[in-house]
Amino acid sequence: MTTASAFDAAGAIGDDHAAGLRRDQWRERMGLAGLAAPALLLVTVTMLVPVGWLFGLSFLDDSGALSLEHYRRMLAEPSYGRTFLTTFEISLATTLICILLGYPLAYFLSQLPRRAANLCMIAVLLPFWTSLLVRTYAWLVLLQRSGLINTWGMKLGLWSEPLQLVHNMSGTLIGMVHIMLPFMVLPLYGTMRAIDRNLLRAAASLGSTPVHGFWTVFFPLSLPGLAAGASLVFVLCLGFYVTPAMLGGGKVTMVSNRIANDIELFFNWGAASALGVVLLVITLVVLVLAARLSRGAGLFGAGH
Amino acid sequence: MSWLDRPASDTQISHRARLWLYGLGALVLAFLAVPTLIVIPMSFSQSQYLEFPPREWSLRWYEAYFSSSSWMAATATSFKAGFCTALLATPLGTLAAYGLHASRLRFAGLAILALLTPTIVPVILVGIALFYAYVQLKMVNSFLGIVLAHTMLAVPIVMMIVGSALKSFDLDQERVARSLGATRTQAFLQVTAPQIGFALVTSAVLSFLTSFDEVVIALFVSGGDNATLTRMMFLALRDQIDPTIAAISTIMIVMTSLLLAVSQLFGKADS
Amino acid sequence: MRLAGDHERPRDAAASDSGSATALPIAVRRLSKAYGAVPVLDEIDLDVRPGEFLTLLGPSGSGKTTLLMAIAGFLRPDKGSIRFGEREVVRLAPHKRGIGMVFQNYALFPHMDVARNVGFPLRLRRVPAAETARRVEVALEMFQLGGFGSRRIDQLSGGQRQRVALARAIVFEPRIILMDEPLSALDKQLRERMQIELRQLHERLGTTTVYVTHDQREALTMSDRVAILDRGRIARIDTPRAIYDDPRSRFVAEFIGESSFLDVAVADGVARAAGATVRADNLPTRQGRCAMVLRPERLHLLGPGEGEGMNCFEGRVTGAVYQGDTLLLQAVLTGGSPVALRLTTRGGEGPPPAPGTPVRIGIAVSDTVLLPDEARGEP
Repeated sequence: MTTASAFDAAGAIGDDHAAGLRRDQWRERMGLAGLAAPALLLVTVTMLVPVGWLFGLSFLDDSGALSLEHYRRMLAEPSYGRTFLTTFEISLATTLICILLGYPLAYFLSQLPRRAANLCMIAVLLPFWTSLLVRTYAWLVLLQRSGLINTWGMKLGLWSEPLQLVHNMSGTLIGMVHIMLPFMVLPLYGTMRAIDRNLLRAAASLGSTPVHGFWTVFFPLSLPGLAAGASLVFVLCLGFYVTPAMLGGGKVTMVSNRIANDIELFFNWGAASALGVVLLVITLVVLVLAARLSRGAGLFGAGH
Repeated sequence: MSWLDRPASDTQISHRARLWLYGLGALVLAFLAVPTLIVIPMSFSQSQYLEFPPREWSLRWYEAYFSSSSWMAATATSFKAGFCTALLATPLGTLAAYGLHASRLRFAGLAILALLTPTIVPVILVGIALFYAYVQLKMVNSFLGIVLAHTMLAVPIVMMIVGSALKSFDLDQERVARSLGATRTQAFLQVTAPQIGFALVTSAVLSFLTSFDEVVIALFVSGGDNATLTRMMFLALRDQIDPTIAAISTIMIVMTSLLLAVSQLFGKADS
Repeated sequence: MRLAGDHERPRDAAASDSGSATALPIAVRRLSKAYGAVPVLDEIDLDVRPGEFLTLLGPSGSGKTTLLMAIAGFLRPDKGSIRFGEREVVRLAPHKRGIGMVFQNYALFPHMDVARNVGFPLRLRRVPAAETARRVEVALEMFQLGGFGSRRIDQLSGGQRQRVALARAIVFEPRIILMDEPLSALDKQLRERMQIELRQLHERLGTTTVYVTHDQREALTMSDRVAILDRGRIARIDTPRAIYDDPRSRFVAEFIGESSFLDVAVADGVARAAGATVRADNLPTRQGRCAMVLRPERLHLLGPGEGEGMNCFEGRVTGAVYQGDTLLLQAVLTGGSPVALRLTTRGGEGPPPAPGTPVRIGIAVSDTVLLPDEARGEP
C-alpha cells in the first residue's frame, strides 16, 4: 500500500492521522455501500422511475396539460367508489377468514413436537411456493358446475342443484384465502413457538386452568404475530389481480382489475395511473398504520 | 389409560379435550394441500371434463402439451428467464445485503427501503409502469425486458434471505480471517460464503421460482416469441378450462417440489 | 524460518520474517475514538514493551476491547498513532498487520476441520502444502492436539477449541498476539488451567501480547503489567503487585481486589478513623479527608495484647460466611463502617465468633493504604 509506506517516511511525531483516517473511513463505507449500487440501479430503472413516470401521467389530462381531471372523475363516478368498496370488502373478508382458519392451525402446529410440526409445515409451504396460477386453476376445476365439489356435494345429498361456486365473489374469496393463509400462519407460528412454555407452567402453578391460561397468557403473547400476519394479508389482498380475474368471472372487479381494464380495453393511461396512485397510497397508509399499531401493541404485549 | 386421557401439554390438558383442535388443524392443512395435489391425478384423465377419480387414465393432455410448439416455446422462455433471473438476482441481492449489512451507513436504511419497494408496490402498477416504460424504450416483448423485471422482483427476496443469514452469522469469523491475513474479499469468499451457502442456494431457487411463476408483469411486457408460460396459461384460462393446463400444472408442482427438496437437502448436508 | 512467497505479498507489519523472531514493541499515541459526543477512547497513550504480556483490564464500557480492536485494525480511530516497532500502522488494513488474534468466542471456521483452520493463515501466505502441513502439526503438538487435525470443530470440547484458536493465531509466527477475553467462555477449572498454559506459552514464545479481560484475578495471575481502563482513559498501568499494594485511586482500589473503605479525617497531620488514630507511611493530605483501603486478607482478628505495629479498631461481629478454605467474617466498626476479614481455616479453630461479639481488628501500618479523597457521588 503506497499511502502506508508514504506515512512510514512522513510519520513524524505529532501526526495524529486524523484527516487520513477520516478519508479511509469514508472510502471504506462508500466501497461497502457501493456493493448495493447495482441492485439500487436496477430497482431505480425498472421500478422507481417507471412508477414515478406513471404517477406523472395521472396528473395530465388528455391534451397533456396539468390537471386533476382523473382524480375528479374518480370522485364523481360511483363505479370507482364501488370498485374500492369491493376491494376493501374482499380484503377484509379474506383477512378475517384467514385469522379464523390460520390461528387454530398455527396453534395446533405450535403444540406439536418440532419434527411433526416441520412435517406438517410442508403442507403449508408447498402451496406457498406452488405457482399462484396453478392453484387458481385447481380451484377453477374443483369449483366449476360439474366440478368435484358440486358432484360430491350432490352425491352426499348436501345439495340437489349444482351450486354456483365460481365466477363470483365466493370463488374469489375461496381462492384468495387459500393463497393468503400461509402468510397468516407463518408469522403466527413463529411468534407462538417463541413463547416461553415456562410462562404457561407458571400460570398453571398459580392456579389458572388450561383455558384461562391460554386466554390470559398465551393469546396476548401471540398478538404481535397475529397483527403482523393480518396486516400482511390485508395489504397483499389490496393488490390482487389474477385470482379475481380468473375466479371472479368478470363479476368481481378489484382495483387491480380495473386498472388492467383501463389499459387493455380503453387505453386510458391517465385513469389507470390515477387509480394506481390511490391504490399505492392506501397500501402505504395501511402499512404505516399497521407498523404503528404493532409498535403500540409491543408496549402492552410481551414486554421483552 | 388411553392416549386420549394423557396430558397433551404442560398445563395437563388431555388429548381428548384437544380433539377438536386436532380435527380443525387437519382440516385446514387439507384445505391448503389437497386442492393443489388433486390436480395431479386429474391431469391423467382421459375425459375432457377433469374428473376425480378419473374413470379412464391417459396421457393425452401431456401429449397435447409436449406436441404443441407454442407451449414448448413458452416453456423454454420461462425456463430461460428463470435461470437468468436467478443468475442476476442472487449476486445482486447478496452484494447489496452484504454491503448494507457491513457499512452501517446512515442511508443504509433508506437504501434497504428502496430495494424492498418491489415487495410493497402492487404488482399491477409495476406491470403497467414497466409496459409504459418499455414502450418508450422499444423493449416490449423483449427477453431482456422480462428478465430485468423479474430480477427486480427477486432482488428483495434474495436480500431478505441473505440478510437474515448474515445477521445470524458471527462476523468475528471474518474479522479473525482478516487478522490472519485475508483481505475482505478473501474473508468473504473463504469464510462467509461457504457458511451462508444454504441461503445462497435458497435465494437462487426462489429467484428462479419467482420468475417462473410470475404472471402479471409477464402479461403486460412479454409476448410474441418471448411469451412466458404463465402468460399463455392465463390467457388460455380466460376462455375455457383447458385440461392441458392440468398437465402443465402437474409438471410445475413436481418441479417446484423437487427444487425445494434439493435445496433443503443441500441445507442438511451443509449443517 | 522464512515464509515462502514473502517477497510477492505485501509484508506483514508484525509477522516474523527471519528465524530469530524478535518481539516488537507497540506504541499507541493520543488514540481517540468517539461515537457522537461520547468518547470511547480518550487520547490514549500506551507503550507495550517487546515481549511483554500486557493486560487491558476494566469494567464493560471502559474501552478495553475498543482499544484492542483499534490495535488489530478492526476499529478505525478518529485520530492518533499506533506503531509496531518503527512502523506506523494506524491506517493499515487488518490483514497487513500480521497479528495473531484470538477472539472471545474462538471464531473457529465450522466448515473447515482443525488442520484447515490452523493452516488458514499459512495458505493465505502461500506457504507450500508440505510446509503448511508440517507447521500445522507442530502447532497442534504444542497444544496437545496432535492427531486432532481431521476433527471437525463441533467435535471438540471448549478447551480444545480454545487451543485450536491459539494454534491458529501463532502458527504463522506473528510478532504480536492480541487476545479478547479468550477464556471467558470456559468453566472455572478449565479457565485456571488455561491461564497457566497461556502464561507458559508466552514464556516460551516471548511474543508481545496484549490481553483483554474483565476478570481482575486473571489479569493479576498472567500479566507482566496491567493497564486499568476507566471511561476511555488509562487509569493506571503497572505490575500486578504494585497496583494491588498501592492502588493510588479509589477506582483502581475498588476494581482490583475486594475492599471496604473507611472514611479518614485528617487534622494537622493526624489521621483518625472509626474512633482510632491511624498511622500510615504516606499521608495524602495534612488537612481534610481521605479514604483507607481495607483488604479482607490484610485484616487480623486481634486477641488481648496483640496489635503491635498495627492500626487497631473496635467493632462488633455481624456475621460469618464459611467458604471452605477461608472464613469471611463480617463486622461493623465504631462509627458504623462495615468491614470484612478473610481468615484462613486450618481446622480446630472452633466456631466463629457469634454475631454481636465485640472484636478488635488490626491492620499492619505497612499494609495501610490511604487514598486521596475524590469527589464522590458523580454519575
